Amino acid sequence: MSATVTGCGARCGVASALLAGLVGAIFGAGLLLGGMTDPAKVVGFLDLGGAWDPSLAFVMGGAIAVYAPLLALVRRRRQMPWVDTTFHLPTRRDVDVGLVLGAAIFGVGWGLGGLCPGPGLVSAAAGHTSAIVFVLAMVIGMAGQHVWARRGG
Amino acid sequence: MQSSWMYALAGGGLIGLASALLFLSHGRIAGISGLLGSLLPPQPIDRSWRLAFFVGLGLAGVVAAAVAPTAVGASVRSSTTVAIAGLLVGFGTRLGSGCTSGHGVCGLSRLSPRSMVAVATFMATGALTASLVGGGS
Repeated sequence: MSATVTGCGARCGVASALLAGLVGAIFGAGLLLGGMTDPAKVVGFLDLGGAWDPSLAFVMGGAIAVYAPLLALVRRRRQMPWVDTTFHLPTRRDVDVGLVLGAAIFGVGWGLGGLCPGPGLVSAAAGHTSAIVFVLAMVIGMAGQHVWARRGG
Repeated sequence: MQSSWMYALAGGGLIGLASALLFLSHGRIAGISGLLGSLLPPQPIDRSWRLAFFVGLGLAGVVAAAVAPTAVGASVRSSTTVAIAGLLVGFGTRLGSGCTSGHGVCGLSRLSPRSMVAVATFMATGALTASLVGGGS
């Protein structure tokens, strides 16, 4: 859709895909370098008992330290992104039951398996059988939520 | 321990850079669960760049398996437990409109009240679960 509305046709579609692919590769490299693809390390970070390893807090801290100023800079300097006509920032500000319940359920799954969605996908692509099981179950869980929501959840 | 922090910081920096590039190029939030969920039916959305994003993400895993296999750690749970974890992560991230990336990095950077509540919640239940079940390094 973004390619057609900006009026640059197939050329824009190719640029859109190449840029998104580059973003995905850098993102994946960051997850790997940061240690997010090591379930034992993630569980060690979340487990506050015993020898707590706080280093993973620096992944989120480092990401925010880079992202927050760049986001502000882009919003100030540009009217529209490179391959779309508008910025798509979430506008909701209300805290509802679904948000809290969903985040709580996600946290239990994260603490249990030591994988969140991005690292799960990267580890599955690296050929780890358990991560492949995780990703398949995650997609089923997502599809299940979609069906549940459409029935009026 | 000190080098572990530096790797974490550098890895986080790359994640921040990638997320900023996606906002500059596509004007989108780099939320993994949101991008993946919107590839599933019934959303009639532009799939091509989202698919390309996941190809790039997967490529990082493939390259890591070849050059730095220790970067991807072994599972700490049985397959059954991992499957349950996956179901909870999939259902929860869609119901809660985001995960560690969308809420944790992008949302907190925007000082979104929804994301602050979500991050506090999943950190709390994650810590509670991991503290009860254990098994970390």
